[in-house]
Amino acid sequence: MTQAVTLTRPGGRAGGWTRRLGPALAVTPFFVFVGLGLVLPTVALAVSAFRRQNPDTLADESTMDNMSTALTGGYRTALLGSLRLAGVCAVLGAVFGVLLAAAVVRSGSPLLRRLTLTASGVLANFGGVPLAFAFIATIGNAGEVTTLVERWFGFSITDDGGFSLYSFTGLTIVYLYFLIPLMVIVVVPALDGLRPQWSEAAANLGARRWQYWRHVGGPVLAPPVLGGALLLFCGALSAFATAQAMVGGTVPLVTLQIANVLSGNVLIGQEGVGAALALDMIVAVGLVMVVYWLVQRRTARWLR
Amino acid sequence: MTNSPLGHSSSLRRLGVCTLAFGLVLTMAACGSSKAASNAGTTNAATAASAADLGGLDALIAAAKKEGQLNVITLPRDWANYGEIIDSFAAKYGIKVNSDNPDGSSQDEINAVKSLKGQDRAPDVLDLGGAFAQSGAKEGLLAPYKVLTYNDLPADAKDANANWYFDYGGYVSIGCDAKKIAVCPQTFADLLKPDYKGKVALNGDPTKSGSAFAGVFAAALANGGAFTNIQPGIDYFSKLKKAGNYIPVESTPATIEKGETPISIDWDYLNAGYVTELQGKGIDWRVVVPADGQYANFYCQAISKSAPHPAAARLWEEYLYSDAGQNLFLKGHARPVRLPAMTTAGSANATDAASLPKVSGAATYPTPDQVDAAKKVLIDNWSKALTG
Repeated sequence: MTQAVTLTRPGGRAGGWTRRLGPALAVTPFFVFVGLGLVLPTVALAVSAFRRQNPDTLADESTMDNMSTALTGGYRTALLGSLRLAGVCAVLGAVFGVLLAAAVVRSGSPLLRRLTLTASGVLANFGGVPLAFAFIATIGNAGEVTTLVERWFGFSITDDGGFSLYSFTGLTIVYLYFLIPLMVIVVVPALDGLRPQWSEAAANLGARRWQYWRHVGGPVLAPPVLGGALLLFCGALSAFATAQAMVGGTVPLVTLQIANVLSGNVLIGQEGVGAALALDMIVAVGLVMVVYWLVQRRTARWLR
Repeated sequence: MTNSPLGHSSSLRRLGVCTLAFGLVLTMAACGSSKAASNAGTTNAATAASAADLGGLDALIAAAKKEGQLNVITLPRDWANYGEIIDSFAAKYGIKVNSDNPDGSSQDEINAVKSLKGQDRAPDVLDLGGAFAQSGAKEGLLAPYKVLTYNDLPADAKDANANWYFDYGGYVSIGCDAKKIAVCPQTFADLLKPDYKGKVALNGDPTKSGSAFAGVFAAALANGGAFTNIQPGIDYFSKLKKAGNYIPVESTPATIEKGETPISIDWDYLNAGYVTELQGKGIDWRVVVPADGQYANFYCQAISKSAPHPAAARLWEEYLYSDAGQNLFLKGHARPVRLPAMTTAGSANATDAASLPKVSGAATYPTPDQVDAAKKVLIDNWSKALTG
């Protein structure tokens, strides 16, 4: 009797137990991955942003100095510079990316589409020192294009045109070189989702073109376009090696400041400030994501 | 020096890197526990403050050979002839040299000493910027050791407790591509001329790169500044940028070859080292130490207190400070610290010594405190002055 009970009970329980455990087990790798790769480093960063080594006693102590240093003087300028650069790049990248993607989708040519998407996939991953060198060799002061234009048209891009690759504008152009393709990749599927029937239906109901975009096309496209712009914002905010090789400290960027304190030959014992700067970046991205979430929630309600 | 070329990365890639790093930490922690055994036979070497403590140089060589390996860090092969120095040391003593992170910085070295402590692959010997050597000694990361030639070193070229000592140094110099530039600039004052518009570069960002920082210090000396006043150097570069002459590109042999940085301010031993490298590519690279801004600085050698191969580490220092080692630095166009003593004794390689860029008078150096103060001024004002 008792044996029978023990035989049936675990069996019956196990069914429900495994059924509940199954999905949990399936997502465990994801949570382990996120925990080790995202949560743990963030917590470590947050902790070290509020710690420092006392220069005299060498003891570890809590401090607010790092955070306040990271928000004053050159560090503050760098933080604002990074946000400005990322903002400009995100807006321009999103606009040109959507226009390019729309042109490709509307063209209806499968070949053009495949070519654009393949090229975008490659270019979106182009970065670092090679990218900087490519631009220096192309439109730098002694770049191939600069030299050719001067020889053919007698016009110096740098002297007569007043253009310098080593400026905020130059850096924006270089960043857009990999951000626009990234936007194309993100937004093409969304444009595919706009069904022709919708615009036909709107037309049948007497809607004008702008009314269709205002009430149908725009709201449907808003979340993916905003999401793409956010992706570009983060990409431009965190880019580092290209700027380092091209403009050094002359365009103030927070990533360069972090590199200075973490692996420089000049600054000593400022690791805490680096952590504080990184924390500021996380907060900035977090705020942008909140805005994105609010907008998306609004359109999502509409789409439901 | 330059940093590793980390590009812009997607959040996914960053995630991967973090996880990988965490995995490494776990592996390293696992390795760390089994290393005590390899140090057991050489406890003497780990505390030896001179070769005599071990029973003389021969005993040190025997102990080092028994260890069989040496871990060096952040030594680029084309920097001050380190490639040949490493190879000749390995060949002479039959010791395998593991060279880690050759393009890393002084901060990377200190980080490695701390994070790899107790492991087989921790760095044994360090080549540090002066300020890093000082703070390393203060934190107790370095092992005091007097090489046989210790008394040759001037008093201001070594730590009072022998935790570190100057190894090789040089002057800030102006390199110039004589085929692209009609008249090569000889001084900092020359660089302001309109002929050099868009042509003058530093080897990196002075808030990060030690050599670029030295370039600003040299410019300060050329413009009424002093070891206690780097501001004129910052103002000078601000003026140079407004004139359109200074471009913030990090100058490398690649950008020189491309013609983007035909004038490059850098250590004389690096610029002089490029001469041969660039000759093969049809570039006539000329190097001059500007007479109006002579700024010299030395790097420092130190042994890690937690060196996994303490005897080999000490033998490496003996080798570097022997006549042979010092002459190898000299061959790499660097000025070894024993050069004055060796010149007097006639043991320095006369040809190599004669080929060094010319300077006038004896070198003077800022004190570490002066350097620290200058750094602070630079960090606060550089980007402000240069963005305008």
